[in-house]
Amino acid sequence: MSQIKIVNLQKSFGDFTAVKNSNLTINDKEFFVLLGPSGCGKTTTLRMIAGLELPTSGEIYLGDEEVGMLRASERDIAFVFQLFALYPHMNVRNNLSFPLKMQGYKKRDIKGRVEEAAKLLRIDHILNSNISSLSGGDRQRVALGRALVRRPKAFLMDEPLGTLDAEFRELMCLELKKLHLDIAATTVYVTHDQLEAMSLADRIAVMDGGEILQADEPNIIYNKPKTKFVASFIGSPGMNFFEVNEGISKDQSIVNIEGAKFDIPKQLEDSKGSKNFFGIRPENLTLNNNEGLKGSVFGVEYLGSRKIITIKTSLGEIKVKTDISVSVKLNENVQVKPLNNNIIIFDGQTDKSLNSEFIK
Amino acid sequence: MDTSRSYLEPSSFSKKMAAAIIIVYAVITLIPISWMVMTSFKNVDSAISYPPEVLFEPSLEGYVNLFTNRSRQSQEYLDSLPPPKNWYEELVRSREMVITGPSKFLGRYSNSMIIGFGSTFASVFLGALAAYAFSRFRVPLKDDLLFFILSTRMFPPIAVAVPIFIMYRKLGLGDTHLGMIILYTVVNLSLAVWLLKGFMDEIPKEYEEAAMIDGYSRLQAFFKVVLPQAMTGIAATAIFCMIFSWNEYAFAVLLTQFNAQTAPPFIPTIIGEGGLDWPAIGAGTTLFLLPVMIFTIILRKHLLRGITFGAVRK
Repeated sequence: MSQIKIVNLQKSFGDFTAVKNSNLTINDKEFFVLLGPSGCGKTTTLRMIAGLELPTSGEIYLGDEEVGMLRASERDIAFVFQLFALYPHMNVRNNLSFPLKMQGYKKRDIKGRVEEAAKLLRIDHILNSNISSLSGGDRQRVALGRALVRRPKAFLMDEPLGTLDAEFRELMCLELKKLHLDIAATTVYVTHDQLEAMSLADRIAVMDGGEILQADEPNIIYNKPKTKFVASFIGSPGMNFFEVNEGISKDQSIVNIEGAKFDIPKQLEDSKGSKNFFGIRPENLTLNNNEGLKGSVFGVEYLGSRKIITIKTSLGEIKVKTDISVSVKLNENVQVKPLNNNIIIFDGQTDKSLNSEFIK
Repeated sequence: MDTSRSYLEPSSFSKKMAAAIIIVYAVITLIPISWMVMTSFKNVDSAISYPPEVLFEPSLEGYVNLFTNRSRQSQEYLDSLPPPKNWYEELVRSREMVITGPSKFLGRYSNSMIIGFGSTFASVFLGALAAYAFSRFRVPLKDDLLFFILSTRMFPPIAVAVPIFIMYRKLGLGDTHLGMIILYTVVNLSLAVWLLKGFMDEIPKEYEEAAMIDGYSRLQAFFKVVLPQAMTGIAATAIFCMIFSWNEYAFAVLLTQFNAQTAPPFIPTIIGEGGLDWPAIGAGTTLFLLPVMIFTIILRKHLLRGITFGAVRK
C-alpha cells in the first residue's frame, strides 16, 4: 500500500484540456474521493493514475516510483468500473482468478486467495454462478473482489455505485466503508454524488473545469469552502449568494446589500474588486415576521425531518432549511435573516473565499 | 373485445396469418430443394420422364454414378466376370456396365471443404483484427478507409474477373487452393470487417481495460476477453462467409480446372450416357448442401441473436 502523488498533471484531447495542471497527494491508506460535475476531469484523472490514459504532461508517483508513462498492467493497481466490466463469459470464480492467473500464481494459491476475498465480500455462496444471473449488488461485490484478490498498491474506483438503485447504494456505501477499514488500502474513488463522497471519504477533492479547486476533509469542504463553486456544489441545496456591490476591506464586519445592513464575521483580507458575494448556507437562515429581508414564500419541499422553503425576495430566490415544525403557506409574506454569523464573503474577481474570523 | 392481452402482443388472428404466410413461403422455397433430393433418388429414366414422376421407386443409382466411373460392356464380357461383390456393383452390372474406378467427386468435394473453411477462417480472423482496430483505435482516415473497404462490394466480384485471371496466371495462383482461399477471403473480408465492427462496438471497452489492468497485454485481452464476447458476431459472420465461398461458381469455373476445382463447377458437368446424368447431379447437389446446412444449424442460435444484436441497447 502506498501514497499516490500527482505533480503538474495535464491531459489534453486535441484542443480540449480535460485536466489542467493538477497537483494532489493522496496519503497511504486514505479513502480519497474525486468529486465534481460531469466533464470536470475527475474520471480522466483517475484513468491517468490507472494507466488507461497517458498524461500530456506531468508526473504520477505510486509510492516512490514514477509511473506516468507505464502501461496499466505494469502499475500495481486495481480498478473498479462503473459498469463493473465483469467478464460475462466466465463464472464468478473465474472472474476472480483471472488477474491471478496472469501473474502466474499456483492453482492452490489462487483458490485460497479467491475464497478469502469471496468470504470477505460474502459472495462465497455464488462462486460458481454465472455473471448474468447476479443482482447488481452481487456484481458490485464480485467487481470489488476481482480488485481485492490482487492485493494491489491502490484501488481506483470509477463511480462503482452509480448503477445501483438508491436503497442499495446506501447499503453498499456502508459495506465499502467497512471494507476499507478492514483492508486499509489506499483508495481513489470518483463520484458526482456529494452524499456518497461525504459519507465515504477521508478527504475529498472537488474538481471543476479540469481543475482541483479544494482538497480537504469533508467537514472542511462543507463548512469552509475555498471557492464559490465548491460552496454551491456541496450541500443540498447549495449555498445562497447575494451580490455585494462594494469592496470588502480588512477588519470590516458589516456589509450593505441593497441598502440593508448585515453583520459579517470580521474580515482578515481585502477584496480585489468592488463586486463581491455574500454566501450563507440555507440552514443558517431563519424565518420570522418582524425583521430581516422581506419576501414571499415561493415553494416548500419536505425532506422528512427538515423542510426547504424557497423565498422570493428583491435579491432573488433564497433557500432556507428549517425545522419541519415551521409552517408557512405559499405566497405568504415572511422575513429572512441570518441565524448566526456563519457567513462567507467570496471575492467577485477570483471566486475565492476571503479569510475572516469564521473561515481562516 | 378481448382485453386480456397487451396492446403490443399480436392478436391470435395475426399470429395465424403470419404462420400461414411462413408456411406458404417455406413450401415455395422447399419445392426446388425437394425436387433436387427426389431426383437424386430416381433412376436415369424416371429422372427425365415426361410427365415428371412424383411417385417413383427410389434407387441409389444417382449416388453410385456420382462416386464411380463406369464403362459399358458386352453381355458376353459381363457373363465372363465373377459374380458382383456388393450391391453397387450389382446395380451397375444390371445396366450392362462395370465400375472402372472412383470418380473425381470426392476430390472436388474436399477441395470445396478446404477452400470454403480456409477462406472463412481467414476472413473471420483478419476481419476480427481489423474490426477491433477500427472499433477501438484512432485510425487516421478511419471513415474513408471503411468506405473504401466496403466499396469493394459495390460491384459484382466477377466484374474484375479478367484482371484477376491474368494476375493469377502471372503469379502462379491459378488452379491452386491457396489462390482460391485468398480470392474468397478478399471478397468476404469487407463484409466481415463491417459486420464484426458493429459487434465490437457493442462490447464496452471497459472489459479490455479491466483485463489490461489485471496484467494482460492488449493482444491477450483481445483473445481472452473480446473474442469470447464477440462469439455471436463471429458465428454470424462465419456463416455468411461460408455460404459465399461454398457456393461461389463464377470464379471457380474461371480459375480452377483440375487441382483445385471445387464442387460447384464440377457437379453440373457430370455426364452420363447420352447426356447429363441428372440423378448423379441431384445426388451431388444434395450432398453439397449438407455441410452448409449442418454448419448453419449448429450456429443458428448465434445467427438469430447475431442479426438482431445491437439493434437495441441492453
